[in-house]
Amino acid sequence: MTGALVVPLSSAANVAETTLVQIVKAVVIFFFVLSCVPMILLLERKLLGRFQARIGPNRVGPYGLMQPLADVGKLLSKEHSHPETAIPWMMAIAPAIAIGSAVATLAVIPFGPVGAWGGDLGLYGIDVPIGLLYFFAFGSLSFYGLVLGGWSSGSKYSFLGAMRAAAQLISYEIALGLALLGVAITAGSLSLVDIVDAQDGIWFVVPQFVGFLIFVVAGFAESNRPPFDLPEGDSEIVGGYNTEFGGMRFGSFFLAEYIEVVVISGIATAVFLGGWHGPGPIALAPLWVILKMFAFVVFFIWVRATMPRLRYDQLMSFGWKVLLPLATLNVLVTAILVVLT
Amino acid sequence: MSGPARWDPGADVVEVQRGPEPGGLGSVYRTFGATLRGLRTTFGRLVEGPVTLEYPEEKTPVYPRFRGRHKLHTFEDSELEKCVGCSLCVAACPAKCIRVVAAENTPDHQVSAGERYAAVYEINMSRCIFCGYCEVACPFDAITMGNDYELSDYERSDLIFTKEMLLADPIERTPLRREGE
Repeated sequence: MTGALVVPLSSAANVAETTLVQIVKAVVIFFFVLSCVPMILLLERKLLGRFQARIGPNRVGPYGLMQPLADVGKLLSKEHSHPETAIPWMMAIAPAIAIGSAVATLAVIPFGPVGAWGGDLGLYGIDVPIGLLYFFAFGSLSFYGLVLGGWSSGSKYSFLGAMRAAAQLISYEIALGLALLGVAITAGSLSLVDIVDAQDGIWFVVPQFVGFLIFVVAGFAESNRPPFDLPEGDSEIVGGYNTEFGGMRFGSFFLAEYIEVVVISGIATAVFLGGWHGPGPIALAPLWVILKMFAFVVFFIWVRATMPRLRYDQLMSFGWKVLLPLATLNVLVTAILVVLT
Repeated sequence: MSGPARWDPGADVVEVQRGPEPGGLGSVYRTFGATLRGLRTTFGRLVEGPVTLEYPEEKTPVYPRFRGRHKLHTFEDSELEKCVGCSLCVAACPAKCIRVVAAENTPDHQVSAGERYAAVYEINMSRCIFCGYCEVACPFDAITMGNDYELSDYERSDLIFTKEMLLADPIERTPLRREGE
């Protein structure tokens, strides 16, 4: 380790990684996300069609494979307009916050252990000892993008959407945190790499099944996906926080939502579905992670095709009266069991 | 009991059926079940496959008696037009979309089988309501309703079908529905 710049956030596992390696990892993560999202977009539209006994987009390119490209092309060629009451520079940074925070979370998702592909390279962005907290921090930050975007639009629909986003965040972030706390207690660590390591024998989805269910429900709310897409609520509040956004700014919000889906899938994979554990040699680790994430994304789409949007009071009472007590109970039971055994 | 006898409703009494009261743990359980049933329903559609008919490439088959674009007929053996220009279809048409101008047949210009023929036979398709009265009114079965339904065009004037267009076969044949389809 000759003059290597040590990243202070790293835990003991990947102290040896140089800045260069970190930069390469960051670029890889960014490219992974940006190539992932169009695929998920197309997958969603195709699958949603099949779930509704339709075919889905099949006109652009073979089997409609060029559809996301056409969508982006359309968005790029549109103008940015804003209402007179809006604050333009805030409208410009709001989508950036949403995307930035969503991508940043992906850094902690482990795709493989140290040395899976030889050397002392860990197949993750960073292994912070506070991995879960990091996830929550950036998850909450991404809501600032939504709230700021809705508020700075100077339109009542956007404002309503932003308020809904804020209320939803408060209601479901707690349940989400408590659901993951059960796992953290069982694994004895907040680092996602350690949590995956702890699932060598049995995946946490089995001992923490209630926590998994709560995580899935709260995860849907966290990523603003149906049936928890109240901040968007296109049938009631036009488009919610992104009503006044056009062109690629709207596209950025859209992108952020899908990155959030990837992130939630990644966290669910790492925390509950055993991360990189799977049959075959350890070099296949990223494959298992991506497969599990893919399955989770398909589940996201499946639920979207099935569930109608919740009414606002249903959302609130479900979050506070069902999810929160259940998650608290789960944590209590887990804590008692861990202490007893 | 005095007064008018009470009507005995007998078996006609309808009991009010009530669902389970909302709230509580039972409600949570039922919601969970309903969610799973919903997921099963959508997954069933995935397994069944799409029912989409990709229209411009695949056309909806029509029933044999579907009333589409009109056809004018000729006799198969003599190639003479069946229409004799009697204008009964014009009289029958509720939408007033048919125009017939009759002319006399001459021995060296024999167009139809009768004494007269339709020198002009126009149907304004933008007005036609496809009721089929013209077909009923025609004494010689010279006009019938065909199966074509792709009649849109860019100009209104293009929708006035002349005799030549009505005599000609449709460019693309509309698929017919098979027995039991």
